[in-house]
Amino acid sequence: MKPPLFDYEAPSTVEDAARLLAEGGEDAKLLAGGQSLIPLLNLRFAAPSLLIDLNGVDGLGQIRAEDGQLRLGALVRHSTVAGDPLVADRHPLLSEAMGYVAHPQIRNRGTIGGTTAHADPAAEVPVVLLMSDARVVARSTRGRREIGVDDLFVSIFTTSLEPDEIISEVIIPDRAVEPGTAVGSSFQEFARRHGDYAIGGAAAIVHLGPDGVCRSARVGLLGAGMRPEESRAAAAVLESGTFSERAAREAAAVATTDISPLGNVHGDPDYRREVIREMTFRAVMTAADKAKARIA
Amino acid sequence: MKREIELEVNGDRYQRAVEPRMLLSDFIRHELRLTGTHVGCEHGVCGACTVLFDGEPVRSCVMLAVQADGHSVRTVESLAQGGQLNRLQRAFNECHGLQCGFCTPGFLMTLQPVVDEGKQLSDDEIRDAISGNICRCTGYQQIVEAVSQALAEPQEDERAGTA
Ligand SMILES: Cc1cc2nc3c(=O)[nH]c(=O)nc-3n(C[C@H](O)[C@H](O)[C@H](O)COP(=O)(O)OP(=O)(O)OC[C@H]3O[C@@H](n4cnc5c(N)ncnc54)[C@H](O)[C@@H]3O)c2cc1C
Ligand code: FES
Ligand code: FES
Repeated sequence: MKPPLFDYEAPSTVEDAARLLAEGGEDAKLLAGGQSLIPLLNLRFAAPSLLIDLNGVDGLGQIRAEDGQLRLGALVRHSTVAGDPLVADRHPLLSEAMGYVAHPQIRNRGTIGGTTAHADPAAEVPVVLLMSDARVVARSTRGRREIGVDDLFVSIFTTSLEPDEIISEVIIPDRAVEPGTAVGSSFQEFARRHGDYAIGGAAAIVHLGPDGVCRSARVGLLGAGMRPEESRAAAAVLESGTFSERAAREAAAVATTDISPLGNVHGDPDYRREVIREMTFRAVMTAADKAKARIA
Repeated sequence: MKREIELEVNGDRYQRAVEPRMLLSDFIRHELRLTGTHVGCEHGVCGACTVLFDGEPVRSCVMLAVQADGHSVRTVESLAQGGQLNRLQRAFNECHGLQCGFCTPGFLMTLQPVVDEGKQLSDDEIRDAISGNICRCTGYQQIVEAVSQALAEPQEDERAGTA
């Protein structure tokens, strides 16, 4: 249960980190909060030759609001996101989801860049980023590019980042709300113990008009397959008319017909599909209730 | 290759050369001989190894000792002053918040900032605060009672000397 041998560097700028990563090749790994990577080292599931510690890199720890978007530095800790008033104001779904991410001690170290790069389909943050049309800024010695998270998340623990790229920021555009409509969001998850990885979960964002018609919706699924998933089909069911409990039930059924959750000791795929369906129903209902309360 | 690190632990400064792969938990136990910090699972799941890192509870088995360079760490040894248990430790003792005691240092270091903050918490909020710590003996109920008791006691000046 001890990590294998590796070299260690602690650069203070993104440029130096990018240079070290480029020189280190495929065997070099970035270390952010370490809450996923160090367990993997201890269990010897990973054996990088070089660890590049991002914790001393300047300028990656801020949350800023500008030009209709929220910019979160890659090193912003989960506990900071959870308590940040700007996040709560603009992206309450992200604040709510943070409450389900691991335990207090882990949230004090884990980072938004780390959970995004780790791309665990059972993790909370990637699903919310997907539903929020977020992008990441990827930096390397070759330059800088932005990648939409839908293109970033490829498969389980796999992103479209090149081996020499560092996520420096996560950018979430402000949510557009049509005048006269109201929006509500909700995150729902079931786990054996609060804070553990979910057996299944779902999130919803629902926009309602004063007439009760659902103007637009987003439905995200946690642990539903090989990557964070969004169900356009479920959203289409909701968008087809006036919001009702029946529509929510149908959306939850549609969202989960074609998913393939991975089975494990906590539940086989069929059980997990049922859990995700129920969580979807609850998320949609709760999101709609919040929107209604805002119209009233 | 070993690297020089300098850090503060329980108010004392230490300088050591360590291998980058040395876990903070092993550094505390084997280099500093502060064996109050316990190691259960060694992969971030049980919470037994919790210490305060710059004042915040973290799991020392999923941090490297080199990452503590220039930082401050507080372990369970810092809680009792002059042989006197502090308020939280006393409450664990009086409420039977421990049996074998293996998990106790992790619970105490998780909860000390909660007690220091002094906010009254409901039983649900207390359970949330300890959600990252596993205890195989008590069934948690007495731990929740101990925290309520510690929070209910009037504040005393027990943080002196443990910056
Ligand atoms: C007991 C336990 C329970 C947990 N429960 C949950 C849970 O319920 N939900 C959940 O979402 N998470 C959970 N986690 C994981 C936690 O949220 C991690 O913090 C997170 O997944 C990874 O973030 P990190 O900053 O710790 O990344 P690290 O562990 O440092 O890195 C993870 C991976 O991302 C890469 N990486 C890190 N930063 C960057 C970057 N800026 N650019 C490019 N690549 C990068 C690393 O090289 C590594 O491959 C749990 C962890 C533990 C130990
Ligand atoms: S020993 Fe560190 S969390 Fe279990
Ligand atoms: S008292 Fe024995 S594990 Fe908690």
